[in-house]
Amino acid sequence: MADEIRAEMVANVWKVVAATGDRVDDGDTLVILESMKMEIPVLAESSGVVAEIAVNEGDVVQEGDLIARVE
Amino acid sequence: MFESVLVANRGEIAVRVIGTCQRLGVKAVAVHSEADAGALHVRVADESVLLGPAPAAESYLDIGRVLEAAQVTGVQAIHPGYGFLAENAEFARRVTDAGLVWVGPAPEAIEAMGDKVAARAAMAAAGVPVAPGTDPLPDADAAAAAAARIGYPVMVKAAAGGGGIGMAAVDDEPALRTAYETARTRAERFFGSPAVFLERYLPHARHVEVQVLGLTDGRVLALGERDCSVQRRHQKVAEETPSPGVTPALRERMFAAARRAALAVDYRGAGTVECLVPADGSGEFFFLEMNTRLQVEHPVTELVTGIDLVEEQLRVAAGDPPALDPDRLPEPHGHAIELRIYAEDPKRFLPGPGKITRWEQPSGEGIRVDAGYAAGDTVTPYYDPLLAKLCVWGADRPAALERARAAVAGFVVEGPKCNLPLFAELLQQPEFVSGSYDTGLIDRMRR
Repeated sequence: MADEIRAEMVANVWKVVAATGDRVDDGDTLVILESMKMEIPVLAESSGVVAEIAVNEGDVVQEGDLIARVE
Repeated sequence: MFESVLVANRGEIAVRVIGTCQRLGVKAVAVHSEADAGALHVRVADESVLLGPAPAAESYLDIGRVLEAAQVTGVQAIHPGYGFLAENAEFARRVTDAGLVWVGPAPEAIEAMGDKVAARAAMAAAGVPVAPGTDPLPDADAAAAAAARIGYPVMVKAAAGGGGIGMAAVDDEPALRTAYETARTRAERFFGSPAVFLERYLPHARHVEVQVLGLTDGRVLALGERDCSVQRRHQKVAEETPSPGVTPALRERMFAAARRAALAVDYRGAGTVECLVPADGSGEFFFLEMNTRLQVEHPVTELVTGIDLVEEQLRVAAGDPPALDPDRLPEPHGHAIELRIYAEDPKRFLPGPGKITRWEQPSGEGIRVDAGYAAGDTVTPYYDPLLAKLCVWGADRPAALERARAAVAGFVVEGPKCNLPLFAELLQQPEFVSGSYDTGLIDRMRR
Protein backbone atom coordinates (compact mmCIF):
# COMPACT_ATOMS: atom_id res chain seq x y z
CA MET A 1 0.00 0.00 0.00
CA ALA A 2 1.61 3.25 -1.13
CA ASP A 3 0.80 6.74 0.14
CA GLU A 4 1.06 9.42 -2.53
CA ILE A 5 1.92 12.78 -1.04
CA ARG A 6 0.97 15.72 -3.21
CA ALA A 7 1.60 19.46 -3.07
CA GLU A 8 -1.19 21.47 -1.47
CA MET A 9 -0.18 24.69 -3.23
CA VAL A 10 2.11 26.26 -5.78
CA ALA A 11 5.53 26.37 -4.15
CA ASN A 12 9.26 26.12 -4.62
CA VAL A 13 11.06 23.06 -3.33
CA TRP A 14 13.51 24.44 -0.78
CA LYS A 15 14.95 21.27 0.77
CA VAL A 16 14.64 17.57 0.14
CA VAL A 17 15.03 16.03 3.60
CA ALA A 18 14.32 12.32 3.03
CA ALA A 19 15.82 10.02 0.39
CA THR A 20 14.48 7.01 -1.46
CA GLY A 21 14.85 3.95 0.74
CA ASP A 22 14.63 5.89 4.05
CA ARG A 23 12.42 4.44 6.74
CA VAL A 24 10.03 7.16 7.97
CA ASP A 25 7.36 7.49 10.65
CA ASP A 26 4.01 9.21 10.40
CA GLY A 27 4.70 12.95 10.69
CA ASP A 28 8.35 12.88 9.61
CA THR A 29 9.43 15.67 7.27
CA LEU A 30 10.08 14.49 3.70
CA VAL A 31 10.52 17.76 1.85
CA ILE A 32 10.36 21.44 2.78
CA LEU A 33 8.51 23.68 0.35
CA GLU A 34 8.61 27.42 0.28
CA SER A 35 5.77 29.65 -0.76
CA MET A 36 5.12 33.30 0.02
CA LYS A 37 8.08 33.66 2.38
CA MET A 38 6.98 30.64 4.40
CA GLU A 39 8.58 27.25 4.85
CA ILE A 40 6.02 24.49 4.54
CA PRO A 41 7.13 21.01 5.66
CA VAL A 42 5.65 18.13 3.69
CA LEU A 43 5.13 15.26 6.13
CA ALA A 44 4.81 11.50 5.82
CA GLU A 45 1.20 10.50 6.42
CA SER A 46 2.03 6.96 7.51
CA SER A 47 5.03 4.89 8.59
CA GLY A 48 6.96 3.07 5.89
CA VAL A 49 9.76 3.29 3.41
CA VAL A 50 10.21 6.17 0.97
CA ALA A 51 9.64 4.62 -2.46
CA GLU A 52 10.12 7.81 -4.43
CA ILE A 53 10.95 11.48 -3.99
CA ALA A 54 9.49 13.06 -7.11
CA VAL A 55 11.00 16.54 -6.75
CA ASN A 56 14.42 18.17 -6.62
CA GLU A 57 15.56 21.22 -4.70
CA GLY A 58 14.75 24.32 -6.72
CA ASP A 59 11.79 22.78 -8.54
CA VAL A 60 8.49 24.64 -8.74
CA VAL A 61 5.52 22.42 -7.90
CA GLN A 62 1.89 23.06 -8.78
CA GLU A 63 -1.06 22.19 -6.55
CA GLY A 64 -1.66 18.44 -6.83
CA ASP A 65 1.82 17.55 -8.10
CA LEU A 66 3.33 14.36 -6.69
CA ILE A 67 6.02 15.04 -4.11
CA ALA A 68 6.75 11.59 -2.69
CA ARG A 69 5.48 8.06 -2.30
CA VAL A 70 5.77 6.15 0.97
CA GLU A 71 5.16 2.37 1.00
CA MET B 1 8.46 68.95 -1.28
CA PHE B 2 9.99 66.63 -3.83
CA GLU B 3 8.97 66.66 -7.48
CA SER B 4 9.35 62.89 -7.83
CA VAL B 5 9.81 59.88 -5.57
CA LEU B 6 10.67 56.26 -6.35
CA VAL B 7 8.75 53.72 -4.27
CA ALA B 8 11.03 50.71 -3.75
CA ASN B 9 8.33 48.21 -2.92
CA ARG B 10 5.32 46.30 -4.25
CA GLY B 11 1.78 45.34 -3.28
CA GLU B 12 -0.51 47.33 -1.05
CA ILE B 13 2.18 49.49 0.57
CA ALA B 14 3.54 50.65 -2.79
CA VAL B 15 0.00 51.53 -3.90
CA ARG B 16 -0.62 53.37 -0.62
CA VAL B 17 2.62 55.41 -0.75
CA ILE B 18 2.04 56.26 -4.41
CA GLY B 19 -1.44 57.52 -3.45
CA THR B 20 -0.07 60.11 -1.02
CA CYS B 21 2.67 61.16 -3.46
CA GLN B 22 0.09 61.85 -6.14
CA ARG B 23 -2.21 63.70 -3.72
CA LEU B 24 0.74 65.98 -2.92
CA GLY B 25 1.51 66.50 -6.62
CA VAL B 26 4.66 64.39 -6.41
CA LYS B 27 5.39 62.17 -9.41
CA ALA B 28 5.50 58.53 -8.24
CA VAL B 29 7.82 56.00 -9.87
CA ALA B 30 7.17 52.30 -9.29
CA VAL B 31 9.66 49.46 -9.61
CA HIS B 32 8.71 45.88 -10.29
CA SER B 33 9.88 42.36 -10.98
CA GLU B 34 9.01 40.42 -14.13
CA ALA B 35 6.28 38.64 -12.14
CA ASP B 36 4.75 42.00 -11.17
CA ALA B 37 4.83 43.60 -14.65
CA GLY B 38 1.07 44.20 -14.65
CA ALA B 39 0.63 44.58 -10.88
CA LEU B 40 -1.64 47.20 -9.33
CA HIS B 41 1.25 49.30 -7.96
CA VAL B 42 2.65 49.51 -11.50
CA ARG B 43 -0.74 50.45 -12.95
CA VAL B 44 -1.31 53.33 -10.51
CA ALA B 45 2.23 54.76 -10.75
CA ASP B 46 3.14 57.66 -13.05
CA GLU B 47 6.10 55.69 -14.39
CA SER B 48 7.58 52.26 -13.74
CA VAL B 49 10.88 50.48 -14.14
CA LEU B 50 11.56 46.74 -14.45
CA LEU B 51 14.15 45.59 -11.90
CA GLY B 52 14.66 41.93 -12.80
CA PRO B 53 13.35 38.39 -12.42
CA ALA B 54 10.68 37.33 -9.92
CA PRO B 55 12.85 36.24 -6.96
CA ALA B 56 13.16 39.22 -4.61
CA ALA B 57 16.95 38.84 -4.40
CA GLU B 58 17.15 39.60 -8.12
CA SER B 59 14.62 42.44 -8.10
CA TYR B 60 13.23 44.21 -5.01
CA LEU B 61 16.30 43.40 -2.90
CA ASP B 62 18.85 44.28 -5.57
CA ILE B 63 20.26 47.61 -4.38
CA GLY B 64 22.18 48.27 -7.58
CA ARG B 65 19.14 47.83 -9.76
CA VAL B 66 16.92 49.98 -7.57
CA LEU B 67 19.50 52.79 -7.62
CA GLU B 68 19.84 52.44 -11.37
CA ALA B 69 16.06 52.81 -11.71
CA ALA B 70 16.24 55.97 -9.60
CA GLN B 71 19.01 57.45 -11.76
CA VAL B 72 17.27 56.58 -15.03
CA THR B 73 14.01 58.21 -13.94
CA GLY B 74 15.70 61.18 -12.27
CA VAL B 75 13.78 60.97 -9.00
CA GLN B 76 14.85 63.03 -6.00
CA ALA B 77 14.02 60.58 -3.23
CA ILE B 78 13.38 56.91 -2.46
CA HIS B 79 10.60 55.67 -0.17
CA PRO B 80 11.27 52.05 0.87
CA GLY B 81 7.84 51.08 2.28
CA TYR B 82 8.26 48.21 4.77
CA GLY B 83 10.08 44.89 4.33
CA PHE B 84 12.55 44.37 1.46
CA LEU B 85 15.22 47.13 1.80
CA ALA B 86 13.34 49.32 4.30
CA GLU B 87 15.61 48.45 7.24
CA ASN B 88 18.79 47.96 5.26
CA ALA B 89 21.33 50.54 6.46
CA GLU B 90 23.64 49.88 3.51
CA PHE B 91 20.82 50.73 1.13
CA ALA B 92 20.03 53.92 3.04
CA ARG B 93 23.71 54.90 2.80
CA ARG B 94 23.97 54.15 -0.89
CA VAL B 95 20.80 56.13 -1.62
CA THR B 96 22.37 59.14 0.08
CA ASP B 97 25.75 58.54 -1.58
CA ALA B 98 23.98 58.56 -4.95
CA GLY B 99 22.82 62.11 -4.20
CA LEU B 100 19.24 61.08 -3.45
CA VAL B 101 17.11 61.61 -0.36
CA TRP B 102 16.35 58.57 1.78
CA VAL B 103 12.81 58.70 3.19
CA GLY B 104 13.64 57.20 6.55
CA PRO B 105 15.92 57.53 9.56
CA ALA B 106 19.70 57.81 9.31
CA PRO B 107 21.56 54.54 8.61
CA GLU B 108 23.09 54.76 12.10
CA ALA B 109 19.60 54.64 13.66
CA ILE B 110 18.65 51.66 11.47
CA GLU B 111 21.83 49.84 12.56
CA ALA B 112 21.37 50.68 16.23
CA MET B 113 17.91 49.09 16.20
CA GLY B 114 18.61 46.34 13.64
CA ASP B 115 20.77 44.33 16.01
CA LYS B 116 18.16 43.28 18.56
CA VAL B 117 20.74 42.51 21.26
CA ALA B 118 22.55 45.84 20.91
CA ALA B 119 19.17 47.61 20.78
CA ARG B 120 18.10 46.00 24.07
CA ALA B 121 21.29 47.28 25.70
CA ALA B 122 20.88 50.78 24.24
CA MET B 123 17.27 50.95 25.37
CA ALA B 124 18.08 49.79 28.90
CA ALA B 125 20.74 52.53 29.03
CA ALA B 126 18.14 55.08 27.87
CA GLY B 127 15.81 54.09 30.71
CA VAL B 128 13.40 52.02 28.62
CA PRO B 129 12.36 48.78 30.36
CA VAL B 130 13.55 45.55 28.65
CA ALA B 131 12.64 41.93 29.47
CA PRO B 132 15.39 39.73 30.98
CA GLY B 133 17.47 38.28 28.13
CA THR B 134 20.88 37.20 26.88
CA ASP B 135 23.63 38.10 24.44
CA PRO B 136 23.92 35.97 21.26
CA LEU B 137 24.58 32.35 22.23
CA PRO B 138 27.28 30.34 20.40
CA ASP B 139 25.69 26.89 20.72
CA ALA B 140 22.77 24.89 22.10
CA ASP B 141 24.63 24.11 25.34
CA ALA B 142 25.14 27.79 26.04
CA ALA B 143 21.47 28.39 25.23
CA ALA B 144 20.42 25.64 27.65
CA ALA B 145 22.58 27.10 30.42
CA ALA B 146 21.23 30.60 29.80
CA ALA B 147 17.62 29.41 29.75
CA ALA B 148 18.13 27.64 33.08
CA ARG B 149 19.33 30.97 34.49
CA ILE B 150 16.47 33.11 33.07
CA GLY B 151 13.81 30.48 33.81
CA TYR B 152 11.38 28.82 31.37
CA PRO B 153 9.41 29.61 29.30
CA VAL B 154 11.88 31.48 27.10
CA MET B 155 11.61 32.98 23.63
CA VAL B 156 14.27 32.07 21.06
CA LYS B 157 14.97 34.98 18.70
CA ALA B 158 17.24 35.93 15.82
CA ALA B 159 19.42 38.92 16.73
CA ALA B 160 19.13 40.31 13.20
CA GLY B 161 15.54 39.13 12.86
CA GLY B 162 12.06 40.38 12.26
CA GLY B 163 8.69 39.22 11.06
CA GLY B 164 8.58 36.40 13.60
CA ILE B 165 10.99 34.35 11.48
CA GLY B 166 12.89 31.81 13.59
CA MET B 167 11.06 32.85 16.76
CA ALA B 168 9.78 30.16 19.10
CA ALA B 169 8.57 30.03 22.70
CA VAL B 170 9.77 26.92 24.52
CA ASP B 171 8.93 25.34 27.88
CA ASP B 172 11.84 22.95 28.44
CA GLU B 173 15.39 22.08 27.42
CA PRO B 174 14.69 19.52 24.64
CA ALA B 175 12.35 21.98 22.92
CA LEU B 176 14.89 24.75 23.44
CA ARG B 177 17.67 22.78 21.74
CA THR B 178 15.48 22.05 18.71
CA ALA B 179 14.27 25.66 18.52
CA TYR B 180 17.82 26.98 18.86
CA GLU B 181 19.03 25.00 15.84
CA THR B 182 15.95 25.92 13.77
CA ALA B 183 16.34 29.59 14.63
CA ARG B 184 20.03 29.57 13.64
CA THR B 185 19.27 27.99 10.26
CA ARG B 186 16.42 30.39 9.51
CA ALA B 187 18.29 33.44 10.77
CA GLU B 188 21.26 32.60 8.55
CA ARG B 189 18.99 32.07 5.58
CA PHE B 190 16.67 35.05 5.98
CA PHE B 191 18.91 37.62 7.64
CA GLY B 192 22.42 36.51 6.69
CA SER B 193 23.43 36.20 10.37
CA PRO B 194 22.94 33.09 12.52
CA ALA B 195 23.12 34.99 15.84
CA VAL B 196 20.39 33.82 18.21
CA PHE B 197 19.54 35.05 21.71
CA LEU B 198 16.97 34.31 24.40
CA GLU B 199 14.46 36.52 26.14
CA ARG B 200 12.09 35.72 29.00
CA TYR B 201 8.76 34.73 27.46
CA LEU B 202 5.61 36.27 28.88
CA PRO B 203 2.85 33.75 28.12
CA HIS B 204 -0.01 36.13 28.89
CA ALA B 205 0.89 39.44 27.35
CA ARG B 206 -0.32 41.94 24.84
CA HIS B 207 1.79 43.26 22.03
CA VAL B 208 1.38 47.03 22.07
CA GLU B 209 3.41 49.45 20.00
CA VAL B 210 3.79 53.22 19.91
CA GLN B 211 3.91 55.22 16.68
CA VAL B 212 6.59 57.89 16.85
CA LEU B 213 7.57 60.66 14.47
CA GLY B 214 11.01 62.29 14.67
CA LEU B 215 10.93 65.85 13.33
CA THR B 216 13.72 67.67 11.51
CA ASP B 217 14.42 69.77 14.63
CA GLY B 218 15.13 66.59 16.64
CA ARG B 219 11.86 66.52 18.57
CA VAL B 220 10.08 63.17 18.81
CA LEU B 221 6.29 62.92 18.93
CA ALA B 222 4.27 59.91 20.12
CA LEU B 223 1.18 59.68 17.90
CA GLY B 224 -0.72 56.83 19.53
CA GLU B 225 -0.50 53.16 20.35
CA ARG B 226 -1.66 50.09 18.45
CA ASP B 227 -2.59 46.73 19.93
CA CYS B 228 -1.16 43.95 17.75
CA SER B 229 -1.87 40.93 19.96
CA VAL B 230 -3.86 38.99 17.36
CA GLN B 231 -1.06 36.91 15.85
CA ARG B 232 -0.41 33.62 14.15
CA ARG B 233 3.18 32.31 13.90
CA HIS B 234 4.27 35.44 15.82
CA GLN B 235 3.01 37.52 12.90
CA LYS B 236 0.21 40.02 13.26
CA VAL B 237 -3.16 39.47 11.59
CA ALA B 238 -5.32 42.15 13.22
CA GLU B 239 -4.54 45.42 14.99
CA GLU B 240 -6.53 48.09 16.74
CA THR B 241 -6.24 51.47 18.39
CA PRO B 242 -6.69 52.45 21.14
CA SER B 243 -5.53 49.25 22.86
CA PRO B 244 -8.28 47.81 25.08
CA GLY B 245 -5.52 46.71 27.48
CA VAL B 246 -3.82 50.04 28.07
CA THR B 247 -4.96 52.46 30.79
CA PRO B 248 -4.41 56.21 30.39
CA ALA B 249 -1.62 56.09 32.99
CA LEU B 250 0.17 53.21 31.25
CA ARG B 251 -0.27 54.94 27.87
CA GLU B 252 1.43 58.04 29.19
CA ARG B 253 4.41 56.02 30.49
CA MET B 254 4.67 54.03 27.25
CA PHE B 255 4.62 57.20 25.15
CA ALA B 256 7.36 58.74 27.29
CA ALA B 257 9.49 55.56 26.96
CA ALA B 258 8.93 55.42 23.20
CA ARG B 259 10.08 59.03 22.86
CA ARG B 260 13.19 58.25 24.94
CA ALA B 261 13.88 55.22 22.73
CA ALA B 262 13.70 57.29 19.55
CA LEU B 263 15.67 60.20 21.01
CA ALA B 264 18.43 57.79 22.05
CA VAL B 265 19.12 57.03 18.38
CA ASP B 266 18.43 60.57 17.11
CA TYR B 267 15.45 59.29 15.16
CA ARG B 268 13.95 61.10 12.14
CA GLY B 269 10.71 60.21 10.38
CA ALA B 270 8.11 57.58 11.23
CA GLY B 271 9.05 54.65 13.45
CA THR B 272 7.43 52.22 15.84
CA VAL B 273 8.48 51.13 19.31
CA GLU B 274 7.14 47.64 20.03
CA CYS B 275 6.51 46.53 23.61
CA LEU B 276 5.08 43.58 25.50
CA VAL B 277 2.51 44.41 28.15
CA PRO B 278 1.87 41.60 30.69
CA ALA B 279 -1.87 40.95 30.88
CA ASP B 280 -1.77 40.79 34.69
CA GLY B 281 -2.73 44.41 35.14
CA SER B 282 0.62 45.17 36.79
CA GLY B 283 1.10 48.19 34.58
CA GLU B 284 4.52 46.90 33.49
CA PHE B 285 5.77 46.93 29.91
CA PHE B 286 8.95 45.76 28.19
CA PHE B 287 10.69 47.04 25.05
CA LEU B 288 10.78 44.42 22.28
CA GLU B 289 12.24 46.24 19.29
CA MET B 290 11.97 49.38 17.22
CA ASN B 291 10.89 49.18 13.61
CA THR B 292 12.74 51.93 11.78
CA ARG B 293 10.20 52.41 9.00
CA LEU B 294 6.53 52.78 8.24
CA GLN B 295 4.58 49.97 9.90
CA VAL B 296 2.11 47.70 8.06
CA GLU B 297 -0.67 48.65 10.50
CA HIS B 298 -0.09 52.43 10.37
CA PRO B 299 -3.59 53.07 8.90
CA VAL B 300 -5.38 52.55 12.24
CA THR B 301 -3.40 55.45 13.69
CA GLU B 302 -4.28 57.55 10.65
CA LEU B 303 -7.98 56.73 11.02
CA VAL B 304 -8.22 57.99 14.62
CA THR B 305 -5.90 61.01 14.24
CA GLY B 306 -6.49 62.21 10.68
CA ILE B 307 -2.70 62.29 10.17
CA ASP B 308 -1.24 61.00 6.88
CA LEU B 309 1.94 59.31 8.12
CA VAL B 310 3.39 58.96 4.62
CA GLU B 311 2.97 62.69 4.06
CA GLU B 312 4.74 63.38 7.36
CA GLN B 313 7.56 61.01 6.34
CA LEU B 314 7.98 62.82 3.04
CA ARG B 315 7.89 66.24 4.74
CA VAL B 316 10.55 65.27 7.29
CA ALA B 317 12.74 63.83 4.52
CA ALA B 318 12.30 66.95 2.39
CA GLY B 319 13.08 69.23 5.32
CA ASP B 320 9.61 70.76 5.20
CA PRO B 321 7.62 71.60 8.34
CA PRO B 322 5.16 68.87 9.38
CA ALA B 323 1.52 69.08 8.28
CA LEU B 324 0.47 68.38 11.87
CA ASP B 325 0.98 70.91 14.67
CA PRO B 326 3.64 69.41 16.99
CA ASP B 327 2.45 71.57 19.87
CA ARG B 328 -1.19 70.59 19.51
CA LEU B 329 -1.38 66.93 18.58
CA PRO B 330 -4.84 65.73 17.59
CA GLU B 331 -6.79 63.93 20.33
CA PRO B 332 -7.45 60.41 19.01
CA HIS B 333 -11.06 60.21 17.91
CA GLY B 334 -13.03 56.95 17.95
CA HIS B 335 -11.69 53.45 17.42
CA ALA B 336 -10.03 51.75 14.43
CA ILE B 337 -9.38 48.09 13.56
CA GLU B 338 -7.23 46.64 10.78
CA LEU B 339 -7.64 43.11 9.43
CA ARG B 340 -4.88 41.69 7.24
CA ILE B 341 -6.42 39.85 4.32
CA TYR B 342 -3.91 37.13 3.45
CA ALA B 343 -3.83 34.56 0.64
CA GLU B 344 -3.83 31.73 3.15
CA ASP B 345 -6.38 29.27 4.45
CA PRO B 346 -8.23 30.32 7.63
CA LYS B 347 -7.56 27.11 9.57
CA ARG B 348 -3.89 26.20 9.27
CA PHE B 349 -2.75 29.50 7.74
CA LEU B 350 -0.94 27.85 4.83
CA PRO B 351 -0.48 30.17 1.85
CA GLY B 352 -2.17 29.54 -1.47
CA PRO B 353 -1.42 31.74 -4.46
CA GLY B 354 -3.57 31.84 -7.59
CA LYS B 355 -5.40 34.03 -10.08
CA ILE B 356 -8.04 36.27 -8.52
CA THR B 357 -11.27 35.46 -10.32
CA ARG B 358 -13.48 37.61 -8.11
CA TRP B 359 -12.62 40.58 -5.90
CA GLU B 360 -15.33 42.70 -4.31
CA GLN B 361 -14.22 45.02 -1.54
CA PRO B 362 -16.46 46.87 0.87
CA SER B 363 -16.65 50.66 0.83
CA GLY B 364 -18.49 53.43 2.59
CA GLU B 365 -18.30 55.54 5.72
CA GLY B 366 -15.57 54.45 8.11
CA ILE B 367 -14.14 51.86 5.74
CA ARG B 368 -10.70 51.98 4.15
CA VAL B 369 -9.20 49.20 2.07
CA ASP B 370 -5.49 49.34 1.23
CA ALA B 371 -5.25 46.72 -1.50
CA GLY B 372 -2.36 45.45 -3.59
CA TYR B 373 -4.54 43.47 -5.97
CA ALA B 374 -7.74 43.64 -7.98
CA ALA B 375 -9.88 41.15 -9.92
CA GLY B 376 -7.90 39.50 -12.71
CA ASP B 377 -4.54 39.86 -10.92
CA THR B 378 -2.49 36.79 -10.08
CA VAL B 379 -1.05 36.21 -6.63
CA THR B 380 2.34 34.56 -7.19
CA PRO B 381 4.30 32.42 -4.72
CA TYR B 382 7.31 34.77 -4.69
CA TYR B 383 6.26 37.36 -2.12
CA ASP B 384 4.43 37.58 1.16
CA PRO B 385 0.72 36.66 1.16
CA LEU B 386 -0.77 40.06 2.16
CA LEU B 387 -3.52 40.91 -0.34
CA ALA B 388 -5.10 43.90 1.35
CA LYS B 389 -5.72 45.58 4.68
CA LEU B 390 -9.34 46.09 5.62
CA CYS B 391 -9.47 49.02 8.03
CA VAL B 392 -12.59 50.26 9.76
CA TRP B 393 -13.32 53.22 11.98
CA GLY B 394 -16.18 53.58 14.47
CA ALA B 395 -17.15 56.19 17.07
CA ASP B 396 -16.29 53.61 19.73
CA ARG B 397 -15.05 49.99 19.86
CA PRO B 398 -18.48 48.31 19.64
CA ALA B 399 -19.32 50.47 16.61
CA ALA B 400 -16.00 49.60 14.97
CA LEU B 401 -16.59 45.89 15.62
CA GLU B 402 -20.06 46.07 14.12
CA ARG B 403 -18.77 47.88 11.04
CA ALA B 404 -15.93 45.36 10.71
CA ARG B 405 -18.38 42.44 10.77
CA ALA B 406 -20.42 43.97 7.95
CA ALA B 407 -17.29 44.83 5.97
CA VAL B 408 -15.90 41.29 6.27
CA ALA B 409 -19.25 39.87 5.15
CA GLY B 410 -19.13 42.16 2.12
CA PHE B 411 -15.55 41.31 1.12
CA VAL B 412 -15.33 38.61 -1.55
CA VAL B 413 -12.06 37.12 -2.78
CA GLU B 414 -12.11 34.07 -5.03
CA GLY B 415 -9.20 32.28 -6.66
CA PRO B 416 -6.33 32.17 -4.19
CA LYS B 417 -6.81 30.89 -0.66
CA CYS B 418 -8.10 33.62 1.64
CA ASN B 419 -8.30 34.06 5.42
CA LEU B 420 -11.50 36.17 5.45
CA PRO B 421 -13.43 33.45 7.36
CA LEU B 422 -10.94 33.80 10.22
CA PHE B 423 -12.07 37.39 10.69
CA ALA B 424 -15.78 36.53 10.63
CA GLU B 425 -14.94 34.16 13.50
CA LEU B 426 -12.60 36.56 15.31
CA LEU B 427 -15.15 39.38 15.33
CA GLN B 428 -17.58 37.11 17.23
CA GLN B 429 -14.97 35.53 19.49
CA PRO B 430 -15.79 36.43 23.14
CA GLU B 431 -12.21 37.28 24.19
CA PHE B 432 -11.73 39.53 21.18
CA VAL B 433 -15.17 41.13 21.51
CA SER B 434 -14.55 41.87 25.21
CA GLY B 435 -11.06 43.18 24.46
CA SER B 436 -9.46 40.94 27.11
CA TYR B 437 -7.38 38.91 24.62
CA ASP B 438 -3.60 38.42 24.55
CA THR B 439 -1.05 37.11 22.03
CA GLY B 440 -2.23 33.50 22.58
CA LEU B 441 -5.71 34.22 21.19
CA ILE B 442 -5.40 32.62 17.73
CA ASP B 443 -3.66 29.53 19.13
CA ARG B 444 -6.54 29.07 21.55
CA MET B 445 -9.06 29.50 18.71
CA ARG B 446 -7.28 26.81 16.67
CA ARG B 447 -6.44 24.34 19.46
